[in-house]
Amino acid sequence: MRNKLYYVLQLADNALIMGQRLGEWCGHGPIIEQDIALTNTSLDHIGRARSLYQYAADIYNGMSAAEKAGCFLSVALSQKAKAGEAVQEDDMAFLRDAWDYRNFLLVEQPNKDWAYTIARDFYYDAFNYFYFAALSESSDTTLAAIAQKSLKEITYHLKWTSEWVIRLGDGTDESHGRIQEAINYLWPYTGEMFQMNQVQKEMAATSVAPDTAGVKTSWDGRINSILQEATLTVPASTFSHTGGIDGTHTEHLGFILSDLQFMQRAYPGMEW
Amino acid sequence: MEHKEIYDILEGVTDPEVPVLSIIDLGIVRDVRVERKDTADEVTVTITPTYSGCPAMDVLAMGIRMALSGRGYRKVNIENRISPAWTTDWMSEAGKQKLKAYGIAPPVRKTGREQALFEEDNIECPRCGSVETELISKFGPTSCKSLYKCSQCLEPFEHFKCH
Repeated sequence: MRNKLYYVLQLADNALIMGQRLGEWCGHGPIIEQDIALTNTSLDHIGRARSLYQYAADIYNGMSAAEKAGCFLSVALSQKAKAGEAVQEDDMAFLRDAWDYRNFLLVEQPNKDWAYTIARDFYYDAFNYFYFAALSESSDTTLAAIAQKSLKEITYHLKWTSEWVIRLGDGTDESHGRIQEAINYLWPYTGEMFQMNQVQKEMAATSVAPDTAGVKTSWDGRINSILQEATLTVPASTFSHTGGIDGTHTEHLGFILSDLQFMQRAYPGMEW
Repeated sequence: MEHKEIYDILEGVTDPEVPVLSIIDLGIVRDVRVERKDTADEVTVTITPTYSGCPAMDVLAMGIRMALSGRGYRKVNIENRISPAWTTDWMSEAGKQKLKAYGIAPPVRKTGREQALFEEDNIECPRCGSVETELISKFGPTSCKSLYKCSQCLEPFEHFKCH
Protein backbone atom coordinates (compact mmCIF):
# COMPACT_ATOMS: atom_id res chain seq x y z
CA MET A 1 0.00 0.00 0.00
CA ARG A 2 2.90 2.34 0.59
CA ASN A 3 3.57 2.79 -3.10
CA LYS A 4 -0.09 3.54 -3.75
CA LEU A 5 0.01 6.14 -0.97
CA TYR A 6 3.12 7.76 -2.43
CA TYR A 7 1.67 7.74 -5.90
CA VAL A 8 -1.59 9.42 -4.86
CA LEU A 9 0.43 11.97 -2.90
CA GLN A 10 2.54 12.73 -5.95
CA LEU A 11 -0.61 13.54 -7.91
CA ALA A 12 -2.01 15.55 -5.01
CA ASP A 13 1.22 17.49 -4.36
CA ASN A 14 1.47 18.57 -7.98
CA ALA A 15 -2.08 19.87 -7.82
CA LEU A 16 -1.63 21.67 -4.50
CA ILE A 17 1.68 23.35 -5.29
CA MET A 18 0.49 24.45 -8.72
CA GLY A 19 -2.71 25.79 -7.15
CA GLN A 20 -0.75 27.63 -4.47
CA ARG A 21 1.58 29.20 -7.04
CA LEU A 22 -1.36 30.41 -9.13
CA GLY A 23 -3.09 31.69 -6.00
CA GLU A 24 -0.12 34.03 -5.53
CA TRP A 25 -1.37 35.94 -8.55
CA CYS A 26 -4.59 36.82 -6.75
CA GLY A 27 -4.85 40.60 -6.75
CA HIS A 28 -1.69 40.95 -8.86
CA GLY A 29 -2.90 40.00 -12.35
CA PRO A 30 -2.23 42.48 -15.18
CA ILE A 31 -5.97 42.98 -15.70
CA ILE A 32 -8.84 41.72 -13.62
CA GLU A 33 -10.09 39.15 -16.14
CA GLN A 34 -6.72 37.40 -16.26
CA ASP A 35 -6.31 37.68 -12.50
CA ILE A 36 -9.65 35.86 -12.19
CA ALA A 37 -8.62 33.31 -14.80
CA LEU A 38 -5.56 32.32 -12.77
CA THR A 39 -7.41 32.13 -9.47
CA ASN A 40 -10.21 30.08 -11.08
CA THR A 41 -7.59 27.70 -12.39
CA SER A 42 -5.95 27.64 -8.98
CA LEU A 43 -9.27 26.60 -7.46
CA ASP A 44 -9.57 23.70 -9.90
CA HIS A 45 -6.10 22.47 -8.93
CA ILE A 46 -6.78 22.82 -5.21
CA GLY A 47 -10.14 21.08 -5.58
CA ARG A 48 -8.38 18.18 -7.27
CA ALA A 49 -5.72 18.19 -4.53
CA ARG A 50 -8.42 17.91 -1.85
CA SER A 51 -10.00 14.82 -3.44
CA LEU A 52 -6.59 13.20 -3.81
CA TYR A 53 -5.40 14.06 -0.29
CA GLN A 54 -8.56 12.62 1.18
CA TYR A 55 -7.97 9.45 -0.79
CA ALA A 56 -4.34 9.37 0.41
CA ALA A 57 -5.52 9.85 3.99
CA ASP A 58 -7.98 6.96 3.61
CA ILE A 59 -5.22 4.71 2.28
CA TYR A 60 -2.91 5.72 5.12
CA ASN A 61 -5.58 5.23 7.80
CA GLY A 62 -6.23 1.77 6.44
CA MET A 63 -2.59 0.70 6.83
CA SER A 64 -1.35 -1.34 9.78
CA ALA A 65 0.91 0.31 12.35
CA ALA A 66 3.86 -1.61 10.92
CA GLU A 67 3.12 -0.36 7.41
CA LYS A 68 2.68 3.20 8.64
CA ALA A 69 6.03 3.27 10.43
CA GLY A 70 8.57 5.24 8.43
CA CYS A 71 6.15 6.30 5.71
CA PHE A 72 6.90 9.94 6.40
CA LEU A 73 9.96 11.73 7.69
CA SER A 74 7.90 14.67 8.89
CA VAL A 75 7.67 14.70 12.67
CA ALA A 76 4.28 16.40 13.00
CA LEU A 77 2.50 13.85 10.85
CA SER A 78 4.31 10.85 12.34
CA GLN A 79 3.37 11.94 15.85
CA LYS A 80 -0.26 12.18 14.91
CA ALA A 81 -0.18 8.71 13.44
CA LYS A 82 1.67 7.32 16.47
CA ALA A 83 -0.98 8.77 18.77
CA GLY A 84 -3.43 6.56 16.86
CA GLU A 85 -5.36 9.48 15.36
CA ALA A 86 -6.88 9.13 11.92
CA VAL A 87 -5.39 11.68 9.52
CA GLN A 88 -7.42 13.92 7.21
CA GLU A 89 -6.80 15.60 3.87
CA ASP A 90 -5.58 18.75 5.67
CA ASP A 91 -2.94 16.82 7.63
CA MET A 92 -1.45 15.57 4.38
CA ALA A 93 -1.18 19.13 3.06
CA PHE A 94 -0.17 20.95 6.23
CA LEU A 95 1.90 18.52 8.27
CA ARG A 96 4.37 17.17 5.75
CA ASP A 97 7.73 18.85 5.25
CA ALA A 98 9.36 19.48 1.89
CA TRP A 99 11.19 16.13 1.78
CA ASP A 100 7.85 14.30 2.03
CA TYR A 101 6.46 16.28 -0.91
CA ARG A 102 6.58 14.49 -4.26
CA ASN A 103 5.62 17.19 -6.75
CA PHE A 104 7.53 17.98 -9.93
CA LEU A 105 10.22 20.63 -9.69
CA LEU A 106 8.42 22.43 -12.52
CA VAL A 107 5.32 23.36 -10.52
CA GLU A 108 7.29 24.89 -7.65
CA GLN A 109 9.15 27.29 -9.96
CA PRO A 110 8.31 30.94 -9.17
CA ASN A 111 5.69 32.92 -11.09
CA LYS A 112 8.34 35.55 -11.85
CA ASP A 113 6.39 37.35 -14.58
CA TRP A 114 3.52 36.73 -16.99
CA ALA A 115 5.69 34.92 -19.53
CA TYR A 116 7.25 32.55 -16.97
CA THR A 117 3.86 31.81 -15.44
CA ILE A 118 2.31 31.09 -18.84
CA ALA A 119 5.25 28.94 -20.00
CA ARG A 120 5.29 26.85 -16.81
CA ASP A 121 1.53 26.37 -16.82
CA PHE A 122 1.50 25.53 -20.50
CA TYR A 123 4.08 22.77 -20.05
CA TYR A 124 2.22 21.41 -17.05
CA ASP A 125 -1.30 21.73 -18.50
CA ALA A 126 -0.26 19.90 -21.66
CA PHE A 127 1.21 17.12 -19.53
CA ASN A 128 -1.88 17.01 -17.31
CA TYR A 129 -4.19 16.85 -20.27
CA PHE A 130 -2.67 13.70 -21.73
CA TYR A 131 -1.77 12.20 -18.38
CA PHE A 132 -5.26 12.55 -16.90
CA ALA A 133 -6.84 11.26 -20.09
CA ALA A 134 -4.76 8.11 -19.56
CA LEU A 135 -5.43 8.07 -15.80
CA SER A 136 -9.18 8.11 -16.56
CA GLU A 137 -8.66 4.48 -17.57
CA SER A 138 -6.92 3.59 -14.32
CA SER A 139 -7.67 0.21 -12.75
CA ASP A 140 -8.17 2.15 -9.49
CA THR A 141 -11.76 3.38 -9.68
CA THR A 142 -11.27 6.29 -7.29
CA LEU A 143 -8.36 7.65 -9.31
CA ALA A 144 -10.26 7.08 -12.55
CA ALA A 145 -13.24 9.08 -11.21
CA ILE A 146 -11.04 11.95 -10.02
CA ALA A 147 -9.23 11.94 -13.37
CA GLN A 148 -12.45 12.05 -15.40
CA LYS A 149 -13.72 14.96 -13.34
CA SER A 150 -10.41 16.84 -13.57
CA LEU A 151 -9.94 16.29 -17.27
CA LYS A 152 -12.87 18.56 -18.09
CA GLU A 153 -11.21 21.37 -16.14
CA ILE A 154 -7.72 20.67 -17.44
CA THR A 155 -9.09 20.99 -20.97
CA TYR A 156 -9.91 24.66 -20.26
CA HIS A 157 -6.55 25.25 -18.65
CA LEU A 158 -4.66 23.95 -21.66
CA LYS A 159 -6.77 25.93 -24.11
CA TRP A 160 -6.21 29.10 -22.11
CA THR A 161 -2.42 28.69 -21.74
CA SER A 162 -2.02 27.58 -25.38
CA GLU A 163 -3.78 30.73 -26.55
CA TRP A 164 -1.55 32.86 -24.35
CA VAL A 165 1.64 31.22 -25.64
CA ILE A 166 0.52 32.00 -29.19
CA ARG A 167 -0.60 35.52 -28.31
CA LEU A 168 2.76 36.33 -26.68
CA GLY A 169 4.96 34.47 -29.16
CA ASP A 170 3.22 35.86 -32.22
CA GLY A 171 2.80 39.29 -30.59
CA THR A 172 5.32 42.11 -30.31
CA ASP A 173 9.10 41.75 -30.37
CA GLU A 174 9.09 42.33 -26.63
CA SER A 175 6.48 39.65 -25.84
CA HIS A 176 8.10 37.21 -28.28
CA GLY A 177 11.50 37.60 -26.64
CA ARG A 178 10.12 37.31 -23.12
CA ILE A 179 8.08 34.13 -23.73
CA GLN A 180 10.95 32.49 -25.64
CA GLU A 181 13.23 33.19 -22.69
CA ALA A 182 10.73 31.61 -20.28
CA ILE A 183 10.19 28.62 -22.59
CA ASN A 184 13.96 28.06 -22.71
CA TYR A 185 14.53 28.56 -18.99
CA LEU A 186 11.80 26.15 -17.89
CA TRP A 187 12.49 23.51 -20.53
CA PRO A 188 14.97 21.49 -18.39
CA TYR A 189 12.23 21.07 -15.77
CA THR A 190 9.88 19.29 -18.18
CA GLY A 191 11.76 15.99 -18.46
CA GLU A 192 10.95 15.02 -14.89
CA MET A 193 7.24 14.76 -15.70
CA PHE A 194 7.93 11.70 -17.85
CA GLN A 195 10.33 9.99 -15.49
CA MET A 196 9.10 6.78 -13.97
CA ASN A 197 10.43 6.25 -10.46
CA GLN A 198 10.05 2.97 -8.57
CA VAL A 199 6.66 3.98 -7.22
CA GLN A 200 5.27 4.77 -10.65
CA LYS A 201 6.73 1.65 -12.25
CA GLU A 202 4.99 -0.48 -9.67
CA MET A 203 1.72 1.42 -10.13
CA ALA A 204 1.98 1.13 -13.90
CA ALA A 205 2.53 -2.62 -13.63
CA THR A 206 -0.96 -2.96 -12.12
CA SER A 207 -2.47 -0.36 -14.51
CA VAL A 208 -3.12 2.05 -11.64
CA ALA A 209 -0.80 4.64 -13.22
CA PRO A 210 -0.33 5.28 -16.94
CA ASP A 211 2.98 4.63 -18.61
CA THR A 212 4.43 8.05 -19.34
CA ALA A 213 6.00 7.03 -22.66
CA GLY A 214 2.70 7.46 -24.49
CA VAL A 215 2.02 10.71 -22.66
CA LYS A 216 5.42 12.02 -23.75
CA THR A 217 4.71 11.41 -27.44
CA SER A 218 1.39 13.27 -27.25
CA TRP A 219 2.95 16.05 -25.18
CA ASP A 220 5.79 16.54 -27.67
CA GLY A 221 3.25 16.79 -30.47
CA ARG A 222 1.19 19.43 -28.69
CA ILE A 223 4.20 21.48 -27.56
CA ASN A 224 5.70 21.45 -31.06
CA SER A 225 2.51 22.51 -32.80
CA ILE A 226 1.68 25.33 -30.36
CA LEU A 227 5.24 26.69 -30.27
CA GLN A 228 5.34 26.59 -34.04
CA GLU A 229 2.07 28.49 -34.31
CA ALA A 230 3.49 30.97 -31.78
CA THR A 231 6.59 31.44 -34.01
CA LEU A 232 8.73 30.17 -31.13
CA THR A 233 11.64 27.76 -31.15
CA VAL A 234 11.41 24.42 -29.35
CA PRO A 235 14.52 24.10 -27.13
CA ALA A 236 16.92 21.39 -28.28
CA SER A 237 18.48 20.46 -24.93
CA THR A 238 17.77 17.03 -23.48
CA PHE A 239 19.12 17.80 -20.01
CA SER A 240 16.62 17.39 -17.23
CA HIS A 241 16.53 18.47 -13.58
CA THR A 242 15.21 15.66 -11.41
CA GLY A 243 14.47 14.79 -7.80
CA GLY A 244 11.05 16.26 -7.02
CA ILE A 245 9.07 13.04 -7.34
CA ASP A 246 11.45 11.43 -4.82
CA GLY A 247 11.39 14.33 -2.38
CA THR A 248 14.49 16.31 -3.36
CA HIS A 249 13.35 19.81 -4.22
CA THR A 250 14.62 23.18 -5.34
CA GLU A 251 14.92 25.85 -2.65
CA HIS A 252 11.56 27.28 -3.70
CA LEU A 253 9.37 24.58 -2.15
CA GLY A 254 10.39 25.40 1.42
CA PHE A 255 9.27 28.99 0.97
CA ILE A 256 5.95 27.90 -0.52
CA LEU A 257 5.31 25.56 2.39
CA SER A 258 6.22 28.11 5.03
CA ASP A 259 3.50 30.35 3.59
CA LEU A 260 1.03 27.52 3.07
CA GLN A 261 1.52 25.76 6.40
CA PHE A 262 2.18 28.62 8.79
CA MET A 263 -1.24 28.75 10.45
CA GLN A 264 -1.51 25.01 11.08
CA ARG A 265 2.03 24.81 12.41
CA ALA A 266 1.67 27.84 14.67
CA TYR A 267 -1.86 27.03 15.81
CA PRO A 268 -2.26 23.25 15.44
CA GLY A 269 -5.78 22.12 14.63
CA MET A 270 -7.15 25.64 14.19
CA GLU A 271 -10.27 26.02 12.10
CA TRP A 272 -11.19 28.94 9.90
CA MET B 1 -41.38 9.54 -8.50
CA GLU B 2 -39.88 7.95 -5.43
CA HIS B 3 -39.27 10.24 -2.44
CA LYS B 4 -41.15 13.06 -4.12
CA GLU B 5 -41.54 14.89 -0.82
CA ILE B 6 -37.78 14.99 -0.33
CA TYR B 7 -37.21 16.21 -3.87
CA ASP B 8 -39.82 18.92 -3.32
CA ILE B 9 -37.94 20.09 -0.25
CA LEU B 10 -34.63 20.03 -2.14
CA GLU B 11 -36.25 22.16 -4.83
CA GLY B 12 -36.14 24.93 -2.22
CA VAL B 13 -32.35 24.70 -1.76
CA THR B 14 -30.62 27.14 -4.05
CA ASP B 15 -27.07 27.67 -5.27
CA PRO B 16 -25.54 30.51 -3.21
CA GLU B 17 -23.74 31.82 -6.32
CA VAL B 18 -26.78 31.62 -8.60
CA PRO B 19 -29.74 32.01 -6.24
CA VAL B 20 -32.41 31.49 -8.92
CA LEU B 21 -31.28 27.91 -9.51
CA SER B 22 -32.26 25.11 -7.18
CA ILE B 23 -29.95 22.16 -6.74
CA ILE B 24 -32.54 20.13 -8.67
CA ASP B 25 -32.38 22.58 -11.60
CA LEU B 26 -28.58 22.31 -11.54
CA GLY B 27 -28.75 18.54 -11.72
CA ILE B 28 -26.32 18.00 -8.85
CA VAL B 29 -28.63 15.79 -6.75
CA ARG B 30 -27.75 12.27 -7.88
CA ASP B 31 -29.63 10.14 -5.41
CA VAL B 32 -32.00 10.25 -2.46
CA ARG B 33 -32.39 7.35 -0.05
CA VAL B 34 -34.70 7.11 2.92
CA GLU B 35 -34.27 4.43 5.58
CA ARG B 36 -36.50 3.82 8.53
CA LYS B 37 -34.29 3.76 11.65
CA ASP B 38 -36.07 3.14 14.95
CA THR B 39 -38.91 5.61 14.85
CA ALA B 40 -37.51 8.20 12.46
CA ASP B 41 -36.58 8.40 8.80
CA GLU B 42 -32.91 8.80 7.97
CA VAL B 43 -32.32 10.62 4.69
CA THR B 44 -29.19 10.31 2.58
CA VAL B 45 -28.74 12.80 -0.23
CA THR B 46 -25.97 12.20 -2.75
CA ILE B 47 -24.66 15.28 -4.54
CA THR B 48 -21.94 15.86 -7.10
CA PRO B 49 -19.76 18.97 -7.44
CA THR B 50 -20.03 21.12 -10.55
CA TYR B 51 -16.29 21.87 -10.46
CA SER B 52 -13.66 20.11 -8.31
CA GLY B 53 -12.94 23.23 -6.31
CA CYS B 54 -16.46 24.62 -6.15
CA PRO B 55 -16.56 26.54 -2.84
CA ALA B 56 -20.35 26.43 -2.82
CA MET B 57 -20.44 22.71 -2.00
CA ASP B 58 -20.14 23.17 1.77
CA VAL B 59 -22.86 25.83 1.74
CA LEU B 60 -25.08 23.56 -0.37
CA ALA B 61 -24.60 20.66 2.03
CA MET B 62 -25.56 22.90 4.93
CA GLY B 63 -28.56 24.21 2.97
CA ILE B 64 -29.77 20.64 2.41
CA ARG B 65 -29.46 19.83 6.11
CA MET B 66 -31.31 22.96 7.14
CA ALA B 67 -34.13 22.47 4.63
CA LEU B 68 -34.69 18.85 5.61
CA SER B 69 -34.40 19.38 9.36
CA GLY B 70 -36.84 22.29 9.04
CA ARG B 71 -39.35 19.76 7.73
CA GLY B 72 -38.77 17.29 10.53
CA TYR B 73 -35.99 15.09 9.14
CA ARG B 74 -33.52 14.93 12.00
CA LYS B 75 -31.06 12.44 10.56
CA VAL B 76 -29.57 13.68 7.31
CA ASN B 77 -26.44 12.36 5.60
CA ILE B 78 -24.81 14.09 2.67
CA GLU B 79 -22.64 12.01 0.39
CA ASN B 80 -20.40 13.25 -2.38
CA ARG B 81 -20.06 11.36 -5.60
CA ILE B 82 -17.79 12.56 -8.38
CA SER B 83 -18.43 9.87 -10.96
CA PRO B 84 -19.95 10.25 -13.48
CA ALA B 85 -18.72 13.83 -13.68
CA TRP B 86 -21.34 16.57 -13.66
CA THR B 87 -22.12 18.22 -16.96
CA THR B 88 -24.30 21.19 -17.91
CA ASP B 89 -26.36 18.74 -19.99
CA TRP B 90 -27.92 17.74 -16.65
CA MET B 91 -29.30 21.23 -16.05
CA SER B 92 -33.08 21.24 -16.39
CA GLU B 93 -34.85 23.20 -19.13
CA ALA B 94 -36.68 25.13 -16.41
CA GLY B 95 -33.30 25.95 -14.88
CA LYS B 96 -32.01 27.35 -18.17
CA GLN B 97 -35.08 29.58 -18.52
CA LYS B 98 -34.65 30.81 -14.93
CA LEU B 99 -31.01 31.62 -15.61
CA LYS B 100 -31.88 33.64 -18.68
CA ALA B 101 -34.62 35.58 -16.86
CA TYR B 102 -32.05 36.31 -14.12
CA GLY B 103 -29.65 37.82 -16.68
CA ILE B 104 -27.21 34.93 -17.07
CA ALA B 105 -26.95 33.40 -20.54
CA PRO B 106 -27.56 29.65 -20.14
CA PRO B 107 -25.30 26.94 -21.59
CA VAL B 108 -26.17 26.42 -25.26
CA ARG B 109 -24.44 23.44 -26.70
CA LYS B 110 -24.12 19.83 -25.73
CA THR B 111 -20.86 19.13 -23.99
CA GLY B 112 -18.25 16.62 -25.06
CA ARG B 113 -16.84 18.43 -28.03
CA GLU B 114 -13.53 20.13 -27.44
CA GLN B 115 -13.27 23.66 -28.78
CA ALA B 116 -10.51 24.68 -31.15
CA LEU B 117 -8.04 27.30 -29.99
CA PHE B 118 -9.54 30.80 -30.00
CA GLU B 119 -12.94 29.30 -30.84
CA GLU B 120 -15.90 30.75 -28.92
CA ASP B 121 -19.51 29.81 -28.41
CA ASN B 122 -22.07 32.05 -30.07
CA ILE B 123 -23.97 33.40 -27.09
CA GLU B 124 -27.26 35.27 -27.07
CA CYS B 125 -27.50 38.37 -24.87
CA PRO B 126 -29.96 37.56 -22.06
CA ARG B 127 -31.10 41.20 -21.98
CA CYS B 128 -31.80 42.16 -25.58
CA GLY B 129 -31.58 38.79 -27.35
CA SER B 130 -28.90 39.90 -29.82
CA VAL B 131 -26.28 37.34 -30.87
CA GLU B 132 -23.81 40.14 -31.57
CA THR B 133 -21.85 39.44 -28.42
CA GLU B 134 -18.20 39.08 -27.61
CA LEU B 135 -16.27 37.13 -25.03
CA ILE B 136 -14.41 39.24 -22.47
CA SER B 137 -13.00 36.36 -20.45
CA LYS B 138 -13.49 32.61 -20.31
CA PHE B 139 -13.21 32.84 -16.55
CA GLY B 140 -15.85 34.71 -14.59
CA PRO B 141 -16.66 35.49 -10.96
CA THR B 142 -17.29 31.77 -10.35
CA SER B 143 -15.76 28.70 -11.99
CA CYS B 144 -18.98 27.91 -13.85
CA LYS B 145 -19.31 31.26 -15.62
CA SER B 146 -17.55 33.31 -18.30
CA LEU B 147 -17.86 37.02 -19.06
CA TYR B 148 -19.42 38.45 -22.20
CA LYS B 149 -20.38 41.85 -23.58
CA CYS B 150 -23.30 42.58 -25.89
CA SER B 151 -22.30 44.68 -28.90
CA GLN B 152 -25.94 45.64 -29.48
CA CYS B 153 -27.17 46.88 -26.10
CA LEU B 154 -23.61 47.26 -24.76
CA GLU B 155 -24.43 45.52 -21.49
CA PRO B 156 -21.90 43.13 -20.00
CA PHE B 157 -23.32 39.79 -18.88
CA GLU B 158 -22.34 36.40 -17.52
CA HIS B 159 -22.64 33.12 -19.37
CA PHE B 160 -23.01 29.76 -17.65
CA LYS B 161 -20.33 27.79 -19.50
CA CYS B 162 -20.96 24.51 -21.25
CA HIS B 163 -19.05 22.03 -19.14
